[in-house]
Amino acid sequence: MAETAIDNVAAGEAEGLAGRRRRRRLGPGFWLPAGWIGLVVFGAATAGFWPMPAPETIDFLNRAAMPGTVGEIELAGQTELSEFRYLLGTDNIGRDMLSRLLYGARVSLLIGLLSPLIGLLVGGALGVVAGYYRGRVDGAVVAAMDVILAFPALALLLAITFYLGPSLPNLILALGFLSVPASARVARANTLSVARREFVLAAKAMGASDLYILVREIVPNVLMPLLVFAMLLVAVLIVAEGTLSFLGLSVPPPTPSWGTMIEEGRELLDQAPHVTMIPAAVMCLTVLSFNLIGDRLRSLIDPRESRL
Amino acid sequence: MRYLGRKLLRLVFVVAAVTTLTFLLVALLPGDIAYLVVGPTATPAEVEAVREQLGLDRPMLVRYGEWLAALAQGDLGVSLRTSEPVSEAILSRLPVTLELMLLAQVIAVALAVPLGVLCAYRQNRWIDRAVTLAGFAMISVPPFVMALVLIFTVALRLGWLPATGYVPLSEGLWDNLRTFALPALSIALIEWVTLMRLLRNDMIMTLQEDFIAMARAKGLPAWHILLRHALRPSSFSLITILGLQVGTLIGGTVIIESIFALPGVGRLLLTGIFSRDYVVVQGCILFIAVAYVLINFLVDLTYSFLDPRIRVGGRDG
Repeated sequence: MAETAIDNVAAGEAEGLAGRRRRRRLGPGFWLPAGWIGLVVFGAATAGFWPMPAPETIDFLNRAAMPGTVGEIELAGQTELSEFRYLLGTDNIGRDMLSRLLYGARVSLLIGLLSPLIGLLVGGALGVVAGYYRGRVDGAVVAAMDVILAFPALALLLAITFYLGPSLPNLILALGFLSVPASARVARANTLSVARREFVLAAKAMGASDLYILVREIVPNVLMPLLVFAMLLVAVLIVAEGTLSFLGLSVPPPTPSWGTMIEEGRELLDQAPHVTMIPAAVMCLTVLSFNLIGDRLRSLIDPRESRL
Repeated sequence: MRYLGRKLLRLVFVVAAVTTLTFLLVALLPGDIAYLVVGPTATPAEVEAVREQLGLDRPMLVRYGEWLAALAQGDLGVSLRTSEPVSEAILSRLPVTLELMLLAQVIAVALAVPLGVLCAYRQNRWIDRAVTLAGFAMISVPPFVMALVLIFTVALRLGWLPATGYVPLSEGLWDNLRTFALPALSIALIEWVTLMRLLRNDMIMTLQEDFIAMARAKGLPAWHILLRHALRPSSFSLITILGLQVGTLIGGTVIIESIFALPGVGRLLLTGIFSRDYVVVQGCILFIAVAYVLINFLVDLTYSFLDPRIRVGGRDG
């Protein structure tokens, strides 16, 4: 995800700013958050390969242990106990925090990356078609999106998970559905500003079909603003998943997720704040990273905004 | 007036769609609601009784008609668990939610206006950059994390305020405000960022206008120019967003009310979800959605009366 974003920015830079001398750099405001996200993705992908206890394994002797405590626990895939240092401590029933964080990242990332994809594909297509054809199609799409947007997002999300039941595929679908209207709006607004431009007229004059114009002329111009929007969407959806799992309405236990970890630490907030604060900090850093990357990319494609 | 007519038409359409959707959410529920309501240990006779009570034995269109007719009289049905009328339950909890939203907005504005003015005045200096960075960090904190951080520092470590609990207004304003302070702060410390950014950007635009240069030439002090000349013309979008945020806040208060054990509408909705009380869930969602639509409509309207360009420009997008 981050990789393609960078490639696209590079391509946009080469095309759009070729005439100008001044080169825009991505800078540390981009690379630091990108590095953090890379680390989280790497950790989530390799979670099963480290010599660590499984996220459900319990060390009854070390409950809510401070980071750095050494205890005896079965490592993943083994049956006998071995000595292990809990780098981030254990939670309040004695499970390794680091292991749970890495496995929990899978839930956050799966939802944070797959749901926006659904939203962008469906919403983007609807928005582009509505903005290009105008008239009836446009009216219908805008009206439908208005109705969905009429529900406050969290209330609608609660309703959907309430009816479908909490499971990972259901959550991905529900959050994907919720991100359709906003994506459609972004796509439509950008299509409207492109659809009357000379190069579209030229393509029409050359007898190009609607499909050709949509795919070759409109979509490439709408893609970049949508991508920037996607970064902010990822941040919003990670928070949404965290909120749901904090309420106990996300992936059912024992699957760890960051929101669940934060919630579970609540009862020991006074005695062992690290059980709550470590997953909370990881979640905030991840959300902040997506926000920063989104902001950086936006100022690259829209220099007016960044001068303010 | 044509503008108003079109807006009204759209309002009626959205409200109609919202009510239908809320009805369908329950009507199209997979499985037999009656079984879910009474639980797995119930006798067939009990299931039949619940089915009759909910009217599940009749066709869906008939139920929809009856539901709409009751709705028109303000009747949202009766809770399956407590037998309390849902509309009364919502109304009795509404003041708590309203107070929470109002306090949160007041604190957010109190933070956003001075900082927004300061940042615009010191554009791109270190103070501007520092506030912007702090804003970015705070807007990335999920509300429930902000609530826990505040509980941990202010309530548990410093012991200044109670961690949870609710004291009604009738038992004294001071005690009441003490229980609302942390919940309101948990929302305000995130919401102020949007307001501040908006005011700052609009203010930077205003500060480039001729009348500001004129005021400077007259030798007026900076604070006078900023507060008496520049603030009012710059606060236009701030006021709009304030109105629109009220809408989003209705949904956002759900989690804050649940963390701080405040008996508001959001908590009612959550209790309904956890006890699988479909009638309460349906009523709360409908109430929140309609309130949200109405508020957005009113904000839209006041906005267009304040700025005639909107009325002429018409369609959004």
